[in-house]
Amino acid sequence: MAAKLENFPDHKDSQKSGGPVGFIFNFFQAVGGAILGFFQKIGHLTDFALRSVAHCFMPPTFFKQILRQLVDIGYYSLPVVGMTALFTGMVLALQSYTGMTRFNAESAIAGVVVLSVTRELAPVLAGLMVAGRVGAAIAAEIGTMRVTEQIDALTTLSVNPFKYLVVPRIIAGTLTLPILVLIGDIIGVFGGYAVAVYKLDFSAGSYISQTWDILETMDVVSGLVKAAAFGFIVTVLGCYHGYNSQRGAQGVGAATTNAVVSASIMILIFNYIITQIFFS
Amino acid sequence: MSSAKTKTNPVNKLKLTGVHKSFGSNHVLNGVDIAVEPGKSLVVIGGSGSGKSVMLKSVLGIVQPDQGSITVDGQETVGLGPKDRDAVMRKFGMLFQGAALFDSMKVWENVSFGLMQGRGMDKRSAHEIAIEKITAVGLKPEVGDLYPAEISGGMQKRVGLARAIATSPEIIFFDEPTTGLDPIMSDVINDLIVKSVKELGATALSITHDMASARKIADHIAMIYEGRIIWHGPVDDLDHSGNEYVDQFIHGRADGPITRRTA
Repeated sequence: MAAKLENFPDHKDSQKSGGPVGFIFNFFQAVGGAILGFFQKIGHLTDFALRSVAHCFMPPTFFKQILRQLVDIGYYSLPVVGMTALFTGMVLALQSYTGMTRFNAESAIAGVVVLSVTRELAPVLAGLMVAGRVGAAIAAEIGTMRVTEQIDALTTLSVNPFKYLVVPRIIAGTLTLPILVLIGDIIGVFGGYAVAVYKLDFSAGSYISQTWDILETMDVVSGLVKAAAFGFIVTVLGCYHGYNSQRGAQGVGAATTNAVVSASIMILIFNYIITQIFFS
Repeated sequence: MSSAKTKTNPVNKLKLTGVHKSFGSNHVLNGVDIAVEPGKSLVVIGGSGSGKSVMLKSVLGIVQPDQGSITVDGQETVGLGPKDRDAVMRKFGMLFQGAALFDSMKVWENVSFGLMQGRGMDKRSAHEIAIEKITAVGLKPEVGDLYPAEISGGMQKRVGLARAIATSPEIIFFDEPTTGLDPIMSDVINDLIVKSVKELGATALSITHDMASARKIADHIAMIYEGRIIWHGPVDDLDHSGNEYVDQFIHGRADGPITRRTA
């Protein structure tokens, strides 16, 4: 676009003159360039994501790589997701108690905890934690491989880098995050139970029965669907930013930051969209 | 752009005709014409930013040329589909400037990677070939169990060479094979390149600005300047090429047509 604009003599003159017309022209050129750049990136990312999904269903499949990523993304994220869920459930029970006692509605605490954890907090917080841990690691690893020509080396060794690097991570992320969230649901509810029973002197039996009474299958299913979507988002964005990393160490650093920030924002946006689909 | 599967002179193992490549307004390749005969070693020399690496990446399919033809054994490779591209890639081996070893794998796994992942060879056979190639490039078999980060730059280059020849390729590419090495290690790598290429009967295309390396490994030399091949001939003709650009480059003179044009 810039090249085309330079062909306009009036534009060149106005830039040289530095007058108000030049200023306005430069302003609109900058805004237009930014908007075009944004949509170009969206298109590039969509193309990358669609190609990734297509490659998931086309041979060859590197099962060893998938297994390795299942362990890296799933197993090693368990402590961080578990701790997050535990303390979230505990804090939720405490905060709900301080609020509910004002309305003599302490009996609603079990319901608030289980619905908040299964529908929202476990999938969203697990997604954000995995974005920080896994998304950053993926972008840094693939980005380093890009700038040290390891990805080019894969191509020269007759191995498709998309299938070898991107597909295993996306499959592992999409499969393991729902499992992590399911475990997080159990740990989070247990955290609320522990605070309610051992600190707030609730009856263990009635707390559990209230939890069961209010919980519906759809509450858990919606959380797991969100988790699968977040797993896909985190791994695709990690791979995308790493794969397109440039300019050495600085480029890898930028790719890592962009992977985490963009995944976190996308998780929050898609959380709203999926909630709207399930519960509107 | 030429149509797919165009037949060209069968004497040429690799041929580039009118290859153009631009990145935005930066015209890197401006019509590269070059050919390599089977079993011969061609070295392309040229300064930084002259288009050497982009030319090599165009041949490897890592960069898509904007215009022109690249044939391997007479088969057009520009615009090939994934399956046909894969068949062409199986003819290639490549030694990267920084070796580009996979740092999460042991040395022997790096060397056998193309055999196991690219060609589906079983682990035991691939390990045997990997150790054989590691020994062939002058390293001890025990090096196979180390990680790339545990060995020196010179050893990494040797491992990169072992990986490049492990699949017995028909054409081997060398990207700045001696950059970053001391003169003695550079000569060792040059000797290994000559030996490996001769033993395999392979065709070689190298890019470098190291003249000692070029003279040692080349049968023919070409010089690329501003994205075009400006001189091409046997290595013995290099010192009396009659081309002032080539003369300035090979003698490393600060004054000459190259510096006058870029000043």
